[in-house]
Amino acid sequence: MEDETINTSEIDKKTKELHERALDGVKVLEYCSLVSGPYCTKTMADLGANVIKIEPPVDGDPARRMPPFPEDKPHPEKSGLFFYLNTNKQGITLDPEKPEGKQIFLELAKTADILVEDLPPGDMERMGLGYDDLRAINKGLIVMSITPFGLTGPYRDYKGRALNMSHASGQAYLLPLLSPHADRPPVKVGGNTSDYDPGLVAVVAVLAALYWKGISGLGQHIDMSKQEALISMQRVESVTYANDEVVMTRTGNKTRMPGGVLPCRDGHIVVITPEEHQWNALMTLIGNPAWSKEPCCRDREARAQNADAINTLLIEWTIQHTKEEIFRKGQALSCPVSPSKSAEDLMNSEQLKVRGFFAEVTHPFLGSLKMPTAASRFSESPWRFERPAPLLGQSNEEIFGERLGYKKEELEILKTKGVI
Amino acid sequence: MKPGPLEGVRLTEFTSAWAGPYATCLLGFLGAEIIKVESRMRLDHSRNLSFSTGKQFSGPDESEVFNNLNLNKKSITLNLKAPRGIDLAKKVAGLSDVVMENMRPGVMPRLGLGYEVLREIKPDLIYLSSSACGQEGPEREYVGYAPTFAALGGVSYITGYEDWPPSNFMGAIDLRSATTAAASMLAALVQKQRTGRGQYIDMASQESIAVLIGDVMLDYVMNQRVQTRKGNKGYRIAPHNCYRCSGEDKWISIAVATDQEWEGLCRTMDRPDLIMDKRFAASEDRYKNQEELDQIISEWTRDKEGYELMTRLQTAGVAAMPTLSSEGLFKDPHVRDRGVFLQVEHPAIGKDWVISPPWRLSETPAQINRHAPLLGEHNEYVFGELLGMSSVEIKRLEQEKVIS
Repeated sequence: MEDETINTSEIDKKTKELHERALDGVKVLEYCSLVSGPYCTKTMADLGANVIKIEPPVDGDPARRMPPFPEDKPHPEKSGLFFYLNTNKQGITLDPEKPEGKQIFLELAKTADILVEDLPPGDMERMGLGYDDLRAINKGLIVMSITPFGLTGPYRDYKGRALNMSHASGQAYLLPLLSPHADRPPVKVGGNTSDYDPGLVAVVAVLAALYWKGISGLGQHIDMSKQEALISMQRVESVTYANDEVVMTRTGNKTRMPGGVLPCRDGHIVVITPEEHQWNALMTLIGNPAWSKEPCCRDREARAQNADAINTLLIEWTIQHTKEEIFRKGQALSCPVSPSKSAEDLMNSEQLKVRGFFAEVTHPFLGSLKMPTAASRFSESPWRFERPAPLLGQSNEEIFGERLGYKKEELEILKTKGVI
Repeated sequence: MKPGPLEGVRLTEFTSAWAGPYATCLLGFLGAEIIKVESRMRLDHSRNLSFSTGKQFSGPDESEVFNNLNLNKKSITLNLKAPRGIDLAKKVAGLSDVVMENMRPGVMPRLGLGYEVLREIKPDLIYLSSSACGQEGPEREYVGYAPTFAALGGVSYITGYEDWPPSNFMGAIDLRSATTAAASMLAALVQKQRTGRGQYIDMASQESIAVLIGDVMLDYVMNQRVQTRKGNKGYRIAPHNCYRCSGEDKWISIAVATDQEWEGLCRTMDRPDLIMDKRFAASEDRYKNQEELDQIISEWTRDKEGYELMTRLQTAGVAAMPTLSSEGLFKDPHVRDRGVFLQVEHPAIGKDWVISPPWRLSETPAQINRHAPLLGEHNEYVFGELLGMSSVEIKRLEQEKVIS
């Protein structure tokens, strides 16, 4: 009896160790460049998955040539974008266009759970690495294909950079709202967000497929278009014409709430008050001015009709106060208000610090630096820094040698041939 | 039809607005059974109005916004101010693999529906709380909606033109938070499948936006640079902008990254002279002289139709796409071919266009099976079939405003 008890607890301990994080032991191959695909697999690496990133020999992922760089000096091992997107992954170099490279790719795919690839439609098939080829050697493999416009349809072979995707998906036109002027071109969403978004949408389908694999033992092929990923994330705005023949214009319509982005003494604040008590809180914040008792503020409808005039009055107050003051005092009254935060504001946020949103990590070329972690705190799957973003081909020896059993001399030959 | 990958998973949600409902809607697309706990006394505002369009709906079942964000779900009504309402909520949660809520931090525990209580009933429960700023820290009780999440997450600050204020964002920002929550719940489901253990997930909308500008934050870490607004500009590449076409408010985005693409653009413009032009010879030159370049391109595009330009430029290997509005999306031949817009029959609204799930899974398709639930439409199914209550009992609780 006693022995049995010990055994059980040891098994429990072992299970716990084996699955300390949600995706511990899940094997992911990434054959992607820039942002969307790498962000998809980064999310999984942060949850414990073993992600092997496959880069083209010599040049590597083009993200290595994207900013930021320390002192703005480009260096393939110092890109902040590459560092952020590839922390916690292993990296190898491989050219699957070459026969030996293809062979190695197949060997890796044979034991993987997930492959995320972002090549133009048809390229994987051309190399003999299409979904059917891979399924033939590993029926449990999940293949996620991320492309600008999907694997079918008239635009399937079109090029689409993040800028184009932001415009072709309706993002630029439908978000941001409200644009100050309609005479200037619609503008993309800032930073590389239009490229991160599809990576995030992809994770959901991949993890659902992984769950199903846990039941059935089978993998599958997932086709995801970046355009559709972006459309899906403004699904309400996107159907306004289809249902009501309303073409939402980026300067907004007349029946909106007062508030939005307003200037204050040292920047801008954002306020939105859909509920009556929130509007009242905003009025309390600004000292219940006489105009707030006027008919123009009577109810949501009246306020919407007078939104511009009310905003002018609101600005008279906001412009005299700081964003910090408006934020703290407004929130103390349960008014949904916030400052428009810059990267500096975020890095200095006490809230984010207390929540452990940033981690101090070390990278062989970048030294010690702070990086953002993840948006969710899992009680049973904590974010952890395992390894810095891989140097180009850093894990070649470990993966090709130790895992696949290639000899040192063989690897040398493959290197000379430009395979790895 | 084949079942979805999450067939057999049950989720109960105590969420409203957009960030909560769309998170579980995604899992519903993938085959999970979603039970939405609502109350007539405190309606989800998306049943009443649309923040983005300002449209007001005549009754709780008339909202196409609610329909688009709550497809495939089941709805029950419970008065969470009544102790028996809480008891029933616990019972429903006890039959679920996952619970999600997006009330203000502290409210669920106060109602007696916190993680600690529910895990007593269901030890392997996965429980996700979504909030503006998270469940801990000095700002934990701060309230917000999509526009403030965009501002707190730093996206608002970097969107727009150099000489514009930060940009405002509406509900669409919530769907980033929602997708993050969906991915988190799925990761926990995978972990539970492998270990038998559930867990608690604390997700902050602010952070779900901030993680999408990781590189912008690292520019500050590395260079103390505070990135601001840059319009449609690219990094060291040009042309990279949006240009006016013929017609009212019609535009095309063009992004040129390589010399080959630049040559393709020049030939399409019938301006081979520009290829040899010193001002635009190398990528750096084009970047440096982009205003001049934008002028030249604008003059070429302004009297031409956007789609015609797209076809010609794409044929020449140049990344060019028109800027699509809600009308443009609906009429676009590719979007149509891919079946992005889908018409759903809704008992109160009639035929309603919604957006299809954004992925095609070969073995376990994501799908839309039915319209969003009418308020309390599934009271009988959940209380009767799942909890085994008699119709007399259900009736009585309705009269006593417990099921309400």
